[in-house]
Amino acid sequence: MLGPVDYSLLLADLLVEVFCVVCLLRQKALSQHFTIVLYLCASIAIGIGRYGIISAAGFTSNAYLYFYFYSDALLTISLYFVLMSLYAKVFSEMGISKFVRGGAMLLLAGTAGISYHMVATSTDKLITHFVVELSQNLYFIGVLLTYLLWGAMMKMRENRTRLMQLVLTMGVYFSAFAGSYALGNMYPNLVLWRYVCHLMVMWLPLSWAYTFTKVRDDTRMATARVLASNR
Amino acid sequence: MIAILIFGVSFLTLLQFFVSYSHSLIAESRGYDLSEQGREIAGVTGRIVRGDQFRRLLQLIAVCPEPGGDSGQVRAVSLYFGLLGLVRVLFGWIEPAVAGWIESERSGCAYLAAVMLDRRIAYNRVLMARQMSAQL
Repeated sequence: MLGPVDYSLLLADLLVEVFCVVCLLRQKALSQHFTIVLYLCASIAIGIGRYGIISAAGFTSNAYLYFYFYSDALLTISLYFVLMSLYAKVFSEMGISKFVRGGAMLLLAGTAGISYHMVATSTDKLITHFVVELSQNLYFIGVLLTYLLWGAMMKMRENRTRLMQLVLTMGVYFSAFAGSYALGNMYPNLVLWRYVCHLMVMWLPLSWAYTFTKVRDDTRMATARVLASNR
Repeated sequence: MIAILIFGVSFLTLLQFFVSYSHSLIAESRGYDLSEQGREIAGVTGRIVRGDQFRRLLQLIAVCPEPGGDSGQVRAVSLYFGLLGLVRVLFGWIEPAVAGWIESERSGCAYLAAVMLDRRIAYNRVLMARQMSAQL
């Protein structure tokens, strides 16, 4: 059963996402960061859908379980689109955006294929296991892709502050979720993660809202200052 | 086995991304000049803010209404400050250079807190000015 804390966190998640969309629209960043707005709108719609299913079928119902994991996989895929757009921005001057998009799509299909294979060869071929496995693997591939992008940005001496902060927030988010899914696999009955997950969901919209409202698009920062100490 | 591997790698990357993100926030705040009033309230002289002023600055931030959008960053920097405290306790005694590095990082956190406080003060001054002009 869900308590008042769960409902408040669910509502807070929604409000934070709506706030971030408003910030993005006020900054007129819709065309420039369309994938971010797309992700946030999808997340808001899914949040409302989850609430609807909890009220209709209950938190412990199979319907909610299916909806939760499949919608989570969909959200992760839309985060891939955000990541791809960041790749495209970083490599825009090199003209290799098409290859980046193609590579990311191949990786996405490959991850889904490997996750399906891992579940198909296991003893209990439940479809829910596939989607949990897929989510864990998608988050982990997200970590690796973000790490690769961050490494490339450091190598190329990328100095656009906004872009740096967007990539780093994605890195924190992917790492936190990949770790929490892995921990969930190891300790399935850990109740604490139910609350931690809600807080982690708020991380992306909060940090994006900060980046878009406080960091101007033309702000530049020396790459070395992010890596080294701030003397 | 795979879950343990994924957890280990994710934990390490989380640490690295989080530290880099905190650095980027601190480095970005270095480009911001504190106003005279902000300096006076924060008790800051010059461009250096001591690390031990961080907690007091956080208390001042807590009583100052926020313009929206920076509460998550205040928590993120507080967490980074806490992590630095933990590193100081665990490794500070091994090498004095580590203690020096930690102090410079804590000072960066305190400067960022001072910048956040300054932004909030500026926001509240604008609000108050608007309210007063509306009353007139």
